[in-house]
Amino acid sequence: MVMTGNYASAYGAKVCRAEVISAYPITPQTSIVEKIATLVSSGEMKAQFVKVESEHSAMAALISASMTGARTYTATSSHGLLLMHELLIWAAGARTPIVMSNVCRANGPPWSVWADHHDAIAQRDTGWMQVFCEGNQEVLDSIIMAYKLGENPNIRLPTMINEDAFILSHTVEPVDVPEMEDVDDFLPPYNPRFKLDVDEPYGFGSLVMPEMYMEFRFKINEAMEAARQGWRDVEKDFEKKFGRNHGGMVEFYQCEDADAVLIMAGSIASTAKDVVDKLRSEGKKVGLARIRIFRPFPVEEIRKLAGMTNILAMCDHSYTFGHWGPMAQEVRGALYDLADKPLLKNYIVGLGGKDMTPEVIEKIYLKTLALKDGLDADIEWIGVKGHGGW
Amino acid sequence: MAKFTIPEEEYMNPGHVGCLGCGACNAMRYTLKALGPKTIMSIPACCWAVMPGPFPAKCLEVPLINTAFEVTGASISGIKAALDAKGITDVTVVGFAGDGGTADIGIQALSGMVERGTDVIYIMYDNEAYMNTGIQRSSSTPIGAWTTTTPVGNTKDWKKQPKKNMMDIMVAHKIPYAATCSIGYPEDMIKKLRKAKEIRGPKFIQVFAPCPTGWRMLPENTIEVCRLAIDTAAQPLYEVENGVYTISRKPKELKPIKDYMAIQGRFRHLPVEEIEAIQKTVNWEWNRLLKLEEFTKGLVEQ
Repeated sequence: MVMTGNYASAYGAKVCRAEVISAYPITPQTSIVEKIATLVSSGEMKAQFVKVESEHSAMAALISASMTGARTYTATSSHGLLLMHELLIWAAGARTPIVMSNVCRANGPPWSVWADHHDAIAQRDTGWMQVFCEGNQEVLDSIIMAYKLGENPNIRLPTMINEDAFILSHTVEPVDVPEMEDVDDFLPPYNPRFKLDVDEPYGFGSLVMPEMYMEFRFKINEAMEAARQGWRDVEKDFEKKFGRNHGGMVEFYQCEDADAVLIMAGSIASTAKDVVDKLRSEGKKVGLARIRIFRPFPVEEIRKLAGMTNILAMCDHSYTFGHWGPMAQEVRGALYDLADKPLLKNYIVGLGGKDMTPEVIEKIYLKTLALKDGLDADIEWIGVKGHGGW
Repeated sequence: MAKFTIPEEEYMNPGHVGCLGCGACNAMRYTLKALGPKTIMSIPACCWAVMPGPFPAKCLEVPLINTAFEVTGASISGIKAALDAKGITDVTVVGFAGDGGTADIGIQALSGMVERGTDVIYIMYDNEAYMNTGIQRSSSTPIGAWTTTTPVGNTKDWKKQPKKNMMDIMVAHKIPYAATCSIGYPEDMIKKLRKAKEIRGPKFIQVFAPCPTGWRMLPENTIEVCRLAIDTAAQPLYEVENGVYTISRKPKELKPIKDYMAIQGRFRHLPVEEIEAIQKTVNWEWNRLLKLEEFTKGLVEQ
């Protein structure tokens, strides 16, 4: 089928047999909930769709539904995600394997409905696993993998599937929608050991004294650490069943002998791969590393990258005001222990949908190749008018 | 021999950590007696978030989920949706929230839940201030009351605004059933909860639950103050079923509101003319309720 990233999200929820959906409309997520409403009302999808009055309530309803033993799904974007923040931490704390599509959109003010990653990045420390998708097939497939891994009794964590606003959400691509029977084979029904059940009346989330609180947090982190290998394994299993993968935690493209590698996340990587091909054809040895899983952070893969090239540059689609781009910080942290470190430059790119054309990406590559004699600056904002915009 | 009108079964065990004379404690006890063990309860931040006891203790014999302060309406919507998805139809889903969690921070989620027609019972136990955080004013605090954020002081800064009327707000939602009850009248409370359990759609129950600590009164006066609240019409008992008002208890003659206020320290500072002004408001509200009952009586047949 040919479909947008948003429809791929809706079909992802459908083939996984999500039992409770709860969502609130926000541009550019709306066609996900519209599609799900259509699928539910036509009877194609058997789910309870709770049409709540806010994203905050959407997440609250799903946490409680998940704790009652239902498989749950929602979708949001930007300010909707920010409004959920308190409940995102709650969802991870309650160990509810909710899956949520986030259509990555810039935050206001000033108002912008276009793509960047600031909304998702601002939820970095909530305890959610985070996937950044390059294409619409990956959007759908990642939802299946997220339920499979998140519902694993050793993991029990929620997952955010990030797709870029409009570039994926409203752009059609060929997408293979797996047969539900095949998904059923891969993903058994959700049946948690502990849930809200009148025959086994447990209490959840009560007050704990200081001597016990840290233990709960330790266990979340233990699960997140285990999820590193979990993502590698689940993608291998997925490939066995469905015959495709999306590159693991970090996808390496032409990195092996590269003089310079750009690191990216999200749909921009798709354009960058074309630029890599062009530059390679001109004899310039460049590569691309795409961070697909951002939480848990792929430390080993990033360190592996250090052995492939001498120059790395992280293209962040967001910014931590006062301290570099957030992904650059994390890459830098992962490299710190290595004796032989590559150069690392940080570019801030494409905020609020500023267009990242092949020409712009090519200029960034050429700029980065020129760093072989040393860094010119730690960080550079690309294309800002009045500040070296080009 | 006298017949027991309150079920003997207990679903709240000893070991709660509420204060002496806590009205919210009895509110929970009677709620569970009325609804029985096939109940799932969602509790936001409030006194009852703490009162079941710290992990791993739990004095309630029903499944219980703690939720964030403002999400009770959404939480019980989610539980109900999950039960529907699983085909489980014999479980009552209850939200049990304080007045701040209901009338202030949780009113949006509650409004959404009622508007969607969710088949659950929402219980607001009303102790008329943020008691768990230490007696700060809420929109459910009555006019004239002292709280730690309406501290009277030299500027006479007691609460100057009237109490928010949640029943009116619920009725405006066309809710199938809304009722006030009081822990001072357990038979009435249990009857209303059982009725709520049998009605499909959203139900709202406002339980008058005195807080001796916050109301600055003696713990042994909890029931007394409940009775005075009815006898003075400070908090009348009534129910609204599909828009039809029925007053559950009509005193032959109202006692003066000062009798109700006198046993509580939180009104101690009020000058006579303020109490007289409050008396006028209480009279007006009581007459309004009588008129609403009279006016809506004819709607029963429709």
